[in-house]
Amino acid sequence: MPSQGLFGGLGRAFHRRPADASADSTEAQAEINRVPGAELSSRLDPWWWLVAAVAGIFVLLIIFRSDPYLDILLFVRDGLAVTVLLTLASFVFIIFVGLVGGLGRISKNRFIYLVSTLYVEIVRGVPLLVQLIWWYYAAPVVIQAIGRFLHIPGLAEFRSNAIFLAILGLVICYGAYMSEIFRAGIQSIHKGQMEAARSLGMSYMQAMRYVVVPQAVRVVLPPVGNEFIALLKDSSLVSVVAVADLTRRGREFMATHFDPIEVWTLVALLYLIMTLFSSRVIARLEKRRAER
Amino acid sequence: MEPIIRVENVHKHFGRVHALRGVSLDVQKGEVVVVLGPSGSGKSTLLRCVNHLEVYDAGRITVDGILLKSAQNINAVRREVGMVFQSFNLFPHLTVMDNLLLAQRVVRRRERGESVKVTEELLAKVGISEKSDCYPGQLSGGQQQRVAIARALAMNPKIMLFDEPTSALDPEMIKEVLDVMLALAREGMTMLVVSHEMGFARAAASRCVFMDEGQIVEEGTPERLFSSPTQQRTRDFLSKVL
Repeated sequence: MPSQGLFGGLGRAFHRRPADASADSTEAQAEINRVPGAELSSRLDPWWWLVAAVAGIFVLLIIFRSDPYLDILLFVRDGLAVTVLLTLASFVFIIFVGLVGGLGRISKNRFIYLVSTLYVEIVRGVPLLVQLIWWYYAAPVVIQAIGRFLHIPGLAEFRSNAIFLAILGLVICYGAYMSEIFRAGIQSIHKGQMEAARSLGMSYMQAMRYVVVPQAVRVVLPPVGNEFIALLKDSSLVSVVAVADLTRRGREFMATHFDPIEVWTLVALLYLIMTLFSSRVIARLEKRRAER
Repeated sequence: MEPIIRVENVHKHFGRVHALRGVSLDVQKGEVVVVLGPSGSGKSTLLRCVNHLEVYDAGRITVDGILLKSAQNINAVRREVGMVFQSFNLFPHLTVMDNLLLAQRVVRRRERGESVKVTEELLAKVGISEKSDCYPGQLSGGQQQRVAIARALAMNPKIMLFDEPTSALDPEMIKEVLDVMLALAREGMTMLVVSHEMGFARAAASRCVFMDEGQIVEEGTPERLFSSPTQQRTRDFLSKVL
């Protein structure tokens, strides 16, 4: 556990000189015998201090420089809520799309394999910003044209909803990356597991559900965590397509008050607090999985 | 009597490799058949065809009167056929107890009380009752293989297939697994075993089958096959392993 090495090592060096450490052999022995991770569950992960430190700076700014920091915070708080909700809502669908896409990418059915591979390859080849712009500006026109062509009034009068189309764009883009992560995770499980499950009479879906996927989840947890943090940051791109998220609200505040340093420092701190916090939660989940 | 496993002129290709070249084999209920042969002779492939882990290209395999063909038939056959693998293939994310409970619950749809009772009896039978709350990774190879046997038995199979069950084990653990298999054979279980354990074959086998290059070269009682093989290929092989 590198984090423990960094902080734990610093702590020990601080408390006693190196000469003492080598002299005290029983304690050194006890240190070696200690099971890695065993004491961590009782002690807080040291990286939480980094979260606390950044949050501390943030609070100090709000209290001691409330003009303009408190004003900015009050102005952007609804954008903050949009960013959080947008990220969480998208992520739920991304997990689902990733699971379906991942299973499709290993399907023996030619058609399913072709469709899911086409999806992954196309989506991965187009920048997310371009995709979001396409969904916001181009997709509604396409839908209306189809509606007119097929004489379906509901579609012909389709009104674009910025939040809905932003979530759709994020889900489709991140779903492709997530498909590849799930595919790799499922393929990393030895095929003997599937064979054992099938030879006990389980169907393919039962074997996936009870045997393969639960093991794959453990494998994919670190990359899935990465995706979540990347999504949190990339959600700022939706500010370009009329969604009033944290970034867009920051830009709106700056447009009227002209204080770029304060606005963008605060916005950056807010993103940083959220990502650092998320990465701690993910680390905790990983550890709990690994203890099994 | 109608044989419980009937393999008729089965062929199997892996790409350009002709793994099974017209294999025919009948196994009667209660028989213990041990399949011997050099590596690459197709013996594991034959075993895996019997529960359709490998799909054969030509011929017919009938298990307990059911022709192995459509997906529905395959699941019906697999419910009656237990399989033990060389590499155990226990589910590492489940405890020993849950390894045995899972298929009873989702395939047999047994009630929890009944399946726990079955599980405890089987774990006692293979001698690892005290490990029921352990994860497979905490067990020795021999213990894992005994759990794998118990897991297959939990489905009340009519037939047990063993694919080199002791080949991945350290020598001192082979006996504990063979003892379990021997006890099973004495109870009258129909068994098809791919193994090089001559001691087991002598003690338990009603018949031994020698395979080479995808064909059955010779078969007979273990005494007859080991002491006076009629084919040159059998003699060559036995001189290396006996």
